[in-house]
Amino acid sequence: MAESLGTTGLILNEPLLWEKGKKGRSAFSLPRRDVESTPLDEELTGDGPDFPDLSEIDVVRHYTRLSQWNFCVDAGMYPLGSCTMKYNPKINEKYAALKGFAGAHPMLPPALSQGTLRLMFEMERLLAEITGMDAVTLQPAAGAQGELAGMLLIHAYQQSKDMDRSKIIVPDTAHGTNPASAALCGYRPVPVKSNQNGILSLEAVYEVMDEDTAGIMITNPNTLGLFEENIKAITELVHSKGGQVYCDGANMNAIMGMVHMGQTGIDVLHLNLHKTFSAPHGGGGPGSGPVCVRRHLEPFLPVPRIIEENGNFTFSEDFSDSIGKLHAFYGNFGVIIKAYSYIRAMGPQGLKKASQLAVLNANYVMEQLKGVFHLPYEKPCMHECVFSDKFQRAGKVTTLDMAKRLMDFGFHPPTIYFPLIVDGAIMIEPTETESREEIDLFIEACKTVADEAEKDPDLIRNSPQKCKVKRMDETAAARRPCLAG
Amino acid sequence: MRYLPHTDEDIASMLRVVGADTLDDLFSTIPDDCRRPRDLDIPSALTEWELNDLMDALSNSVAAPPEYKLFLGAGRYDHFIPASLTHLLGRSEFVTPYTPYQPEMSQGTLQAIYEYQTLAARLLGMETSNASLYDGASALAEALLMAIRITRRKKVAVSSLIHPYYRRVVQTYLEPTGLKMVELPYLENGRTDLSRLDRIDDLAAVAVQSPNFFGCIEDLAAVGEKSREKDCLFVSSFTEPLAYGLLKNPGSQGADIACGEGQSLGIPKWFGGPGLGMFASKMKYVRSIPGRLVGKSTDKDGKNGFVLTLATREQHIRREKATSNICTNNSLCALAAAMYMASLGGTGIRELAKLNHDKSEYLKQALEEAGFKITFKSPTFNEFVVESPPNFETTYERLLEKKIVAGLPLTPYYPELTGKYLMCVTETKTKEEMDELVEELRN
Ligand SMILES: Cc1ncc(COP(=O)(O)O)c(C=O)c1O
Repeated sequence: MAESLGTTGLILNEPLLWEKGKKGRSAFSLPRRDVESTPLDEELTGDGPDFPDLSEIDVVRHYTRLSQWNFCVDAGMYPLGSCTMKYNPKINEKYAALKGFAGAHPMLPPALSQGTLRLMFEMERLLAEITGMDAVTLQPAAGAQGELAGMLLIHAYQQSKDMDRSKIIVPDTAHGTNPASAALCGYRPVPVKSNQNGILSLEAVYEVMDEDTAGIMITNPNTLGLFEENIKAITELVHSKGGQVYCDGANMNAIMGMVHMGQTGIDVLHLNLHKTFSAPHGGGGPGSGPVCVRRHLEPFLPVPRIIEENGNFTFSEDFSDSIGKLHAFYGNFGVIIKAYSYIRAMGPQGLKKASQLAVLNANYVMEQLKGVFHLPYEKPCMHECVFSDKFQRAGKVTTLDMAKRLMDFGFHPPTIYFPLIVDGAIMIEPTETESREEIDLFIEACKTVADEAEKDPDLIRNSPQKCKVKRMDETAAARRPCLAG
Repeated sequence: MRYLPHTDEDIASMLRVVGADTLDDLFSTIPDDCRRPRDLDIPSALTEWELNDLMDALSNSVAAPPEYKLFLGAGRYDHFIPASLTHLLGRSEFVTPYTPYQPEMSQGTLQAIYEYQTLAARLLGMETSNASLYDGASALAEALLMAIRITRRKKVAVSSLIHPYYRRVVQTYLEPTGLKMVELPYLENGRTDLSRLDRIDDLAAVAVQSPNFFGCIEDLAAVGEKSREKDCLFVSSFTEPLAYGLLKNPGSQGADIACGEGQSLGIPKWFGGPGLGMFASKMKYVRSIPGRLVGKSTDKDGKNGFVLTLATREQHIRREKATSNICTNNSLCALAAAMYMASLGGTGIRELAKLNHDKSEYLKQALEEAGFKITFKSPTFNEFVVESPPNFETTYERLLEKKIVAGLPLTPYYPELTGKYLMCVTETKTKEEMDELVEELRN
């Protein structure tokens, strides 16, 4: 076996911020005081927060040391299923920081914001074409808010037709945000099981779809990494009973340039720009979750919308059926810039190639690991493949153990315990930006871990060994929450 | 394409392994009628150098500081951001990981967010803070939904001096489930009229913003008292958290939940997003809080470390019974805020807050001396409302040509306030610039 990527090196301990510093230090160049002090009513003034005073070098060392305790895409492969941890192009960061973008004030008259408005307008058109849908809003701040937007759109549309429906169908493979978003909109999620091939059958949907059901939320490709092959028949069925079809498009990375989502019959779809379109995850966000709709839902999109008049761009509130506003302003523009730049750099061929290679990489991993881990659904996958710990469980080694052990080899673990229908799921999404060499190293590491699970289970249960901390006690943290120092 | 590492040979050999002849063969499970009939009709790929020109051109057509002098706030504030912050925040180790689901590999993010939660809680005078929500508007909506869950009541009272856009977002969140938002009118002095509350029963929460949309500092203690009288939760919203460097914080005034926008704390304006949804509450409500929480724990050797905790509130465990649907939050923006608060320190944030207040007072006074009327008499922080003389629109346009944005006209948001402008002064404005503005307005 090639030398393992994972090794140990010197990192530095670093206390909590407030355990450092001395009164009177500062890391901030305070602007000159060129006006006199004006007293403020004492009734209103407080003492100010108890923050430590640090110098600039204190702050720089603090965060540099902390940063070195993190694993990240720029350091290595991060095959976290469903999260599309692809490479985040550096040039995108530069654009987001351009003075005219970073300094753009949202309340300026549109005449002074033409660049930002044009970028957003064009982005809407690009996403409409990429998905094959008719109209787009960029307001949702992340995927889950996009889902909520989708639910609100369906709700508003049906209200306009005097339809008052209380349920929504959500497959058992769905991401947790799906039922949560549906519930936020007042719908009761009705679960539907996927079939033995890991996809939805028409019959299963037929059984639950009725006149009190607003529609269905389908993730396509789904969270098992499979294309919902019956999608067209399902959408026709749901429509025939007056329902609408929501598609969770978080896995769009598998099908750009290949699938015409509009033609699959769906009515509304959200995208995650922080997955498919290369915007970085930032250790948890910010994201951007645009929503794309077919023509009949367009009147309900959030306001304000961007419109073009003779080459000038402006905001319009003139949509009386709109569901209203979702974001304090117009969406996470700073994230949208990065995704826009990515699409323009990739072009039509580049996007299609990205999807093809994402699917190639996932199938390659699946093929190479299929005897190593149990593969519950044996068929070609799309952007990710899902295994389980069935082979290892006999020796009392779980997915969690193996995930932790993978860290020692220098890889971020796959997504684990999701989707919920696979016991001990190991969900691997390599993405297209991993080279064959990296993937081979990952496969090698997985094989070694599986081998160790048999021969030296204790080693695995005691992993990770090479990280800053040993396995963390998550149960104790929840029992006695300590959330601030 | 430089982002794609595969050579033709890699592709060929990998295809052999998976047993496919072509890349297209990998998509055999996709039914024909779902396939694209033709290639994507989007512009062809640009080189990095072409893209540079395009993005420069787009960004150059936006009026931004320092070229433009913005006396404009209204939920987005022009504050200086230290170069050291931008540099640290740009580190790959912070920018390119996912949510810290695997704590052993994410101690940097986890400790940093734990520190953010602590500093945010201290700033707001609350016992606990979450790891962030999307923005000030959704934070307010989530706060009201949380109050509704806790009290099991269906109605909330919201000050009409909460940012108009926030109220619209709240409306969007509440409407489909039949929850009701009642607006509290405002008084002549620019504060919320709390007396209206006497006539409303069965409230889950009362929400005010301080400083409010007019820049006026609300009497939070009075709101606290009123909400105790009504036996409902007191939600204290904000758009300008820097104010709490100087003002009494919401917690000390009895707030049950303090939530708002943290953009002022080291985050660029970015045309309104991403910002930072700050959300803090009393500890007794911790299990009802929306969003992620980082907590302290130990590893199996007893060494201190941090983990995501109380996940049973969240959608990935609780699904439709979760306290919120939020998954991805605004973590990197929370990190920026932590770095900003750490850079300022207790001493710095106080002085910076004073500077904002004093500069704004300077302009207020100069305008009054120049014959402009200040609409509301309540004390303000760094924003205030001023009345314009007739035909001010032309002056406003003339100033725009001089690259000065003389505040925000209030008519679109409060039709009764024709000719009134919301002015904002932060530390970025010098005395000379304010003098110039007054001089120009006089003419
Ligand atoms: C399939 C799927 N749907 C929805 C989401 C929610 O997206 P976000 O985290 O941006 O809210 C995710 C990601 O977490 C996902 O993987």
